[in-house]
Amino acid sequence: MLKVENLDKSFGGIHAIRNCSLIVEEETITGLIGPNGAGKTTMFNLITGFHEPDSGQVFFKDEDITDLTPHEIFEKNLFRTFQITREIQEMTVLENLMLIPRNQTGENLWNSWFNRSLVSQQEDQFKEKALEVLEFLEMKDRKYDLAMNLPGGEKKLLDLGRMMMAEPEMVLLDEPGSGVPPSLQTKVNDYVREISREQGITFLVVEHDMHIIMDLCDPIIVLVDGQTLTKGSPDEIKNNQQVIEAYLGT
Amino acid sequence: MLSYFVSYLVMASTYSVAALALNLQWGFTGLMNFGIGTFYFVGAYASALLTTGASPDYVGGFGLPFIVGLIGAMAISGLLAYVLAYPALKLRGGFFAISMLAISETIRLIVKNEKWLTNGVWGIRGIPQPTRALLGANLAEWVYLGLAIAILIIVYRLTEIGIRSPWGRVLNAVREDEKMAEMSGKNSWRVRMQSFVFGSMVMGVAGALYAHYIGFISPSSFTPLMATFIVWLMILLGGTGSNKGVIVGAFVVWGVWIGSEFLIDFLPSGITSKAGFVRMLLMGILLDVILLIRPQGLFGREKVISKLGSGSEN
Repeated sequence: MLKVENLDKSFGGIHAIRNCSLIVEEETITGLIGPNGAGKTTMFNLITGFHEPDSGQVFFKDEDITDLTPHEIFEKNLFRTFQITREIQEMTVLENLMLIPRNQTGENLWNSWFNRSLVSQQEDQFKEKALEVLEFLEMKDRKYDLAMNLPGGEKKLLDLGRMMMAEPEMVLLDEPGSGVPPSLQTKVNDYVREISREQGITFLVVEHDMHIIMDLCDPIIVLVDGQTLTKGSPDEIKNNQQVIEAYLGT
Repeated sequence: MLSYFVSYLVMASTYSVAALALNLQWGFTGLMNFGIGTFYFVGAYASALLTTGASPDYVGGFGLPFIVGLIGAMAISGLLAYVLAYPALKLRGGFFAISMLAISETIRLIVKNEKWLTNGVWGIRGIPQPTRALLGANLAEWVYLGLAIAILIIVYRLTEIGIRSPWGRVLNAVREDEKMAEMSGKNSWRVRMQSFVFGSMVMGVAGALYAHYIGFISPSSFTPLMATFIVWLMILLGGTGSNKGVIVGAFVVWGVWIGSEFLIDFLPSGITSKAGFVRMLLMGILLDVILLIRPQGLFGREKVISKLGSGSEN
């Protein structure tokens, strides 16, 4: 599904990603772990066009997406969430969700002026979908709150809500557990498992909470110093001496 | 006195049209356009050249109807904005602003020096005012006021509908966090371009309205103060991001500007000759007062731009 080949990225003197390659198989929930500074978020940024790599290539469904812009990558049905949430702060929770769907007739100014019935009809559909998402996330009473006023955990949920609105083929989830209440985290994990199984959505998950990773992901890729150290099942990773040493810094 | 008041209303309405355009670009899209004069200027000249009679001194003189002049002003301003957008929209924030200011001054100097095209510093006279020949000067003033207000209402409605639609939602997202908007699948370049071109077309209309009202234009009619910075002052006073606010801002600022003419009578004789600079100083002080006392303007930004977020269930 996703293939990263010899990716390399430096920021000034910091070599964040070093000739790194990895593969994410279709319909898996793959974990991407590593100690702080291993390059996990940078990898996400490179895959989604947020940063340009110095060298190397990214393939999604066998198509080279290395030079595509973020919105073009989104159009390919590859979606990401953020470690530090980035919502449109001065828009309501509902609008943040309704921003996401593709092919919105009303995003054409001409249609907004002269094709208002079609635009309204589509808006109603998107609104209904957004309210369903908010219902699932237990945030329905927040729909008219400005996103800037949400506490951290709910901002994270809003990020997940955006993912649900996007209906992508693959999702890069950056720390989905941080700030989310444990009861809801279980629900989110179950949802990820469910849509992966039933809709065939592929996930690549970065997460510091090893319980979440071990519970949710298989296989797991370990990134250390911008390079892939190993890949394996949760049990293999748990018992891998190199991984333990990388985490302990010995 | 009444005709003075009508003149005030026409000019304030004309500036309101330009202020709505700037509010779309800056208030809703984040494009800091310091080159309003470019499109105001080009719109005025385009319409003047299309509607005036033939002249041996410059090109144009097609003698076409007012409405053709208005459409021509929109089309040429829009085309120019489209061409300028390719290099200029690659810049952000202050860099974009300075580039637009430089372009504006360059175009003003071209018009000033290319006599064959625009009659240079002598400008274009006899720009027809609709219905003036038919109804006479006094009645035509009222008709023109009605026309200016009608155009203001149309522009207001079009911008309001635009910003309260999914298109406006994308504009808002791009203004606030362009990268995030891109990550949400929105082509930020395209919407910035659309806002820039549409806003510039409206600025061109404002320029045409000015030209047909005054009846004479020359490069000195479009100094940066009168074509660009006064419009900025209007939206800052009214409230960036509020269409109603910028219209109020335009009427207030234009009132202060023409009202300051009367101050000349009260100035000491030694500085009467510098009255123009005193008026500019007054506008500068007004800007300082706004920024210090009420930086969000009289109305402030409308927090919610989508009708769906207003609490209604529509």
